[in-house]
Amino acid sequence: MNKTIITMGLAATGLLAFAGSTQAATLQDVQDAGELRCGVSNGLPGFSQPDSSGNWAGIDVDTCRAVAAAVLGDADAVEFIPLTAAERFTALQSGEIDVLSRNTTWTTTRDASLGLNFTGTNYYDGQGFLIKTALGVDSAYDLDGAAVCTQAGTTTELNLADFFRANDMEYEAVVFDTSEASAQGFDNNRCDVLTSDTSQLAALKTQLTDPDSAEILPEIISKEPLGPVVRQGDDEWFNVVKWVLFGQINAEEYGITSDNVEEMESSDNPSVQRIVGTSGNMGEILGLDDDFMVDVISQVGNYGEMFERNVGPDTPLGLNRGNNALWTDGGILYAPPFR
Amino acid sequence: MSSDPTPLKPGNPKPWNDPRVRSVAFQLIAIAAVAWIGYSLFQNTISNMESRGIRTGFGFLNETAGFGIIMSLINYNETMTYGRTFLVGLTNTLLVSGLGILFATIVGFIVGIARLSTNWLVAKLALAYIEVFRNVPLLLQIFFWYFAVLGTLPGPRQALDVGGVAFLSNRGIIIPKPVFEAGAGWIGIALIVALIVSLVIVTWARRRQAATGQIFPAFPVASALILGLPALAYLVMGRPVGWDIPTMGGFNFSGGITAIPELGALLLALTIYTATFIAEIVRSGIVSVSSGQTEAALALGLPPRRVLRLVVIPQALRVIIPPLTSQYLNLTKNSSLAVAIGYPDLVNVFMGTSLNQTGQAVEIVAMTMAVYLAISLSISLLMNIYNRAVALKER
Ligand SMILES: N[C@@H](CCC(=O)N[C@@H](CS)C(=O)NCC(=O)O)C(=O)O
Repeated sequence: MNKTIITMGLAATGLLAFAGSTQAATLQDVQDAGELRCGVSNGLPGFSQPDSSGNWAGIDVDTCRAVAAAVLGDADAVEFIPLTAAERFTALQSGEIDVLSRNTTWTTTRDASLGLNFTGTNYYDGQGFLIKTALGVDSAYDLDGAAVCTQAGTTTELNLADFFRANDMEYEAVVFDTSEASAQGFDNNRCDVLTSDTSQLAALKTQLTDPDSAEILPEIISKEPLGPVVRQGDDEWFNVVKWVLFGQINAEEYGITSDNVEEMESSDNPSVQRIVGTSGNMGEILGLDDDFMVDVISQVGNYGEMFERNVGPDTPLGLNRGNNALWTDGGILYAPPFR
Repeated sequence: MSSDPTPLKPGNPKPWNDPRVRSVAFQLIAIAAVAWIGYSLFQNTISNMESRGIRTGFGFLNETAGFGIIMSLINYNETMTYGRTFLVGLTNTLLVSGLGILFATIVGFIVGIARLSTNWLVAKLALAYIEVFRNVPLLLQIFFWYFAVLGTLPGPRQALDVGGVAFLSNRGIIIPKPVFEAGAGWIGIALIVALIVSLVIVTWARRRQAATGQIFPAFPVASALILGLPALAYLVMGRPVGWDIPTMGGFNFSGGITAIPELGALLLALTIYTATFIAEIVRSGIVSVSSGQTEAALALGLPPRRVLRLVVIPQALRVIIPPLTSQYLNLTKNSSLAVAIGYPDLVNVFMGTSLNQTGQAVEIVAMTMAVYLAISLSISLLMNIYNRAVALKER
C-alpha cells in the first residue's frame, strides 16, 4: 500500500541489522557468491538502462561489469539492482549492494558523512537546463520565475536552489521521485524547464513527444564528477574497484583495446606488461589474479571503448569526449600510474 | 466461652500474593524489558554506525537545508533548516489528509445514500461509480488525475480565466489573495461573536424543541448572523480588505494564492478512491437499521428526509464509525503516494530529499514513522471518543 515507507523502513531495518556485523570482506563475499551486486539507476540512456529483453547496458553498467570481470573473471556475473536517487546510499550502507554505480556525484558530504568512499570518476558531467523553445528564452540567467522539474535526492536539486539564489531569481521546484516522471512533467508543460546532468538532456530531448519543442541552454551550472561508490572500512575492496577503473583508463592511454589485448600480452613495453600482468604483481597485491586486466579489457574494453559504445558520437546520446578525453588529448582524464 | 470464631476477613494478602499487584508488576517488567531491548538495539546501531563513519544524531535538524519546496503552509525558504523541512512536510501531509478525509466523508455519505435511492438511475450511477473507482489501483488514479486531466489544462499564458481575477492552468488554480489593512481585525472579531451567538441560539432552540416541541429556524438565523455580522463590520470599518489580483508576468502568474495541481490531483484521487469504501460502509450501516424503525417513524408522520436524519442515520452511525476510522487511517497513509507526482508531503520532502541530502536514514525514517503512528493514533482516539458519544446508551 505504501511502497516508499515500506522500502525505506526495510532499508533502515537492514541498516540496524547490518550495523551488527563489523568486519567487512566484500572481495571474499563477492567471490564466494560468484556474483557482484551492483546498484544502478532505474533507466538512464547511456548510463544504465535495461533493453527489451532485460539486458542492462550503459557506461555505469559497464563499470560494474569490469569489476565483475576483474574479480570473478566473468563480466556477466552481475546482478543489477535498480535504485532511485533517494534509495541509493541506504542500499549501499545496508549491504544490499556491493558497489553503487549510478551516476552519483562525488561531494564532500557524501564522502565524509555517509560511511562511503568514492573510488574515482567514470564521467565528468555538469548540470544544465532543457527549456521549451516557445518561451523564447536563450540563457539560464533569464529564468526568473520559472517552474523547474527535477528529481528528489539529487545534487541537481541543491545546485538549482544555489543557482537561483546566487543570481537573485525566483523559481518553483517541481520535484519528482523518478526521472521518468520529471520528464513527463516537462513534456506535459507542468514546468518551463527541466534540469539534470547535461549528459542526460540530449537523450531526454529525443524522448519528448515533440523533440523540437525544447532546446538545451548553453550554461553549465555545476561540476558533477560521477563515479562508483563503495562502503567505507573495507580498503581491500575500495582498492579493487578504484584500480579497475584506473586500469581501464591506463589501458586506453597505452592503446590496449579489446581487439589487441591478446597481442599486447607479448608487448615489451613495461607499462603495458604491468597492465596485462606479464610483469610485476599488480593483481596479486590487489588480491586478484595478475592478469585481471586482461579479463576486463577483453570482456568490457578500455575506458575509451566503454565511452564510445554507450554515450559516444555514434550512440543516441551523441556526446563528445570533451572533459572526458585523456589528459594527453586535452581532457582531464588522468589515472595514477599502474606500477 | 468466647468460642465465637472470628469470621475470616477478606484480609489484605501480602503484596506478592495480590493478583492485582502481580499483574501490574508483570506488565511493568514486560514494558521495561521491551524498552531496554529497544534502547540497546538503538545504542548498538548508533555506535556501529559511528565506527563505520556514518554520521548519527539529530544535529542535522539545525543545519541549512538548501533546497526549495514548491508549497508550504508555514514560512519557508532554502536558507532554513532541515528541522523546518520536517515541519513543512508535516503540515503538507496534514493538509492533504485533513481535506481528503473531509471530502471523502461528504462524497461517501452522499453516494452511500444514493446507492439506496428508490430512483433506479441514481442507484445504478452510484453503484457504477463505486465499482469503477474502488477497483482501479490508487496510484494509477493519481497519475490519471495528474497527467491525463490536470496536465492537459492550458499553460499559464492561455489560462482559463474566471472573471479576470482567478485563473486555471496546468500550474494550478490561482485566486486573489486578501490583503488585510488596519481595522480588518474587527471583521475577525465580528465573525467570532457571530459564531458564539449562533452556538447559543442553536443550543437554546434544541432545548426548547425538546421541552415544548416548537421548532425554531435556528439554521437560517445562524447563517445570516455568520455572514451578516462580518459583512457589516467590513462596511462600517470602511472596507479594510484589499485584493492582490494575480497578474501574468514572465513565465507564470505572480501574486494571489496558488493551489498547485499536485495537491489537486492527490486530493481528487484520495477523495474519489476512499469515498467508494465509505459509501459501502454507509450503505451497510443504513441497511443494518431495522426497517421497523423507518416504518414507525413514517407512521408518526415524519417526512422521509427527517426519518433519515433523525432516526436512521443516528442508529446507522454505530455500525458506520468503526470501519470509517480505518478508512481515515488508510487515506492518511495513502497520502504518502504524493511522492509519485511531486506533492511535497512528509515522505517526499523529509524522507526523500532531506534524507538523501543528509544520509541520516535511521533518524529520519524513525521520525517519519513516529509521525504516521502519532497521526494514526490520534485519528483512532478521536473516532473512539466520537463512537462512544453515539454508541447505544442503555437506559
Ligand atoms: N548526479 C546527481 C544526479 C543523479 C540523478 O539521480 N539524476 C537523475 C536525473 S536528474 C537520474 O539519473 N534519474 C534516473 C532514475 O531515476 O533512475 C547526483 O548524484 O545527485
